Amino acid sequence: MLIPHPLLGLRDAQEFTYFGDASLLDRPDGMAEGASEQFHDYLYLRDNPAGEHQELWFHEQGDRSWLVVTRNTLTHEIFKVEFATDVALARRSAT
Amino acid sequence: MKYSAARLLWEGLTGHKGWGRTWRDPEPKTHYDVVIIGGGGHGLATAHYLAKVYGIRNVAVLEKGWIGGGNVGRNTTIVRSNYLLDGNEPFYEFSMKLWENLEQDLNYNAMVSQRGIMNLIHSDAQRDAFRRRGNAMMLHGAGAELLDAEQVRKEVPFLNFDNARFPIKGALVQRRGGTVRHDAVAWGYARGADQNGVDIIQNCEVTGFKIENGKVLGVETSRGYIGAGKVGVAVAGNSSKVMAKAGMRLPIESHVLQAFVSEGLKPTIPGVITFGAGHFYVSQSDKGGLVFGGDIDGYNTYAQRGNMPVVEDVAEGGMAIMPMIGRARLLRMWGGIMDMSMDGSPYIDKTHIDGLFFNGGWCYGGFKATPASGYAFAHLLATGSPHETATAYRLDRFKTGKMIDEKGVGAQPNLH
Repeated sequence: MLIPHPLLGLRDAQEFTYFGDASLLDRPDGMAEGASEQFHDYLYLRDNPAGEHQELWFHEQGDRSWLVVTRNTLTHEIFKVEFATDVALARRSAT
Repeated sequence: MKYSAARLLWEGLTGHKGWGRTWRDPEPKTHYDVVIIGGGGHGLATAHYLAKVYGIRNVAVLEKGWIGGGNVGRNTTIVRSNYLLDGNEPFYEFSMKLWENLEQDLNYNAMVSQRGIMNLIHSDAQRDAFRRRGNAMMLHGAGAELLDAEQVRKEVPFLNFDNARFPIKGALVQRRGGTVRHDAVAWGYARGADQNGVDIIQNCEVTGFKIENGKVLGVETSRGYIGAGKVGVAVAGNSSKVMAKAGMRLPIESHVLQAFVSEGLKPTIPGVITFGAGHFYVSQSDKGGLVFGGDIDGYNTYAQRGNMPVVEDVAEGGMAIMPMIGRARLLRMWGGIMDMSMDGSPYIDKTHIDGLFFNGGWCYGGFKATPASGYAFAHLLATGSPHETATAYRLDRFKTGKMIDEKGVGAQPNLH
């Protein structure tokens, strides 16, 4: 698999470490009501879709950036790659 | 029809005309006491034990494809009960005992071969860890032996004992482990269930659940609506997809595990051998092919094929312990989709929906668990309470802190 890095172009997936669903960016508020329930869902439950999936990859053997890769889990086709910081900031300003 | 040597002789003399179907191909009825979704090893075993042990015979097994076409026909056929933790070891030992009596129970030749499994040791720390595991196994009656390097050399002289990086210092051996013909397990359980009145319905995909007031009433399928008193889901690999139709999110990610078979060779490897310094395991099938595999690819996927880096990693593992494997040509390779759970251990539990039960999260250890998984799931479906060997496999164990993390790597599915 080749991952089109936003700055570095096509990079071999072997340079990356896979972390999981990009919902892990949406850490719940630990002070909120029902936080323990929310943290359980956040940490342990997954949508695990067959098809389009947003996921976190860490460019560990490259520029050490965290990326959000939008990929098809049925075909391994990659639709979009963004910096995780950009995605996290966009999600924060949206809420 | 009972299979026997006399029957085989008779059929041999009369042109093999009297064998008949191994199981019926019935049309689905409108209602069953229990509907099991998934005609893989676990689903068929569940139906078999439901009918035979628990006396519930108005049962259907719904299979999207055909019997033997899923993970039960895509694994590396190894059976063993060499686990460490209390939540796991009694369950897998129960499974081992069921394997030992499987062919008599099913009257079907599943080629159960207890040729032993040998986990190699490469360091002092690993010997300590394996000694502890061996003791846990013995406490649960599974049996274990710790061998030193000379004893290992006597049994498998072809290994690379003096590798500078990963010298072989010994091994933990379970003599009762081994291999079983995986297709025959599916066929045997299908036949066993069918003989006790279970309807096995192939080419029947479940498209939805009918749930009213928190109770499941039946399933929508590609062959029409089927009512059910209880529904058991055993579709590992696709668990998240199926349970999403009931509105549930699971502590599971789907990953691909690749497996490999070499060309047929003369008898070379006496049992199952696993590399302790990487992830590589190998055995030899009765046809002569070396069957081996290693790690999962490590990213979410439903594609039943993997990528080249893992192929390279597996080949390196093989070359490290068994350089002669480099002379064998690869005949075929394939991938299967695993339910990777959050702690590397499975789930056999009821859900918050009345009458809906779930069996999944087998990671890449589902095959060896087939008999016990079926037995325990049948027990749960029949009695409403977990089987005594499967009490730890709860879906809510991450809430209660009772994780069963055999490998000790935390809630990261691709590390188990």
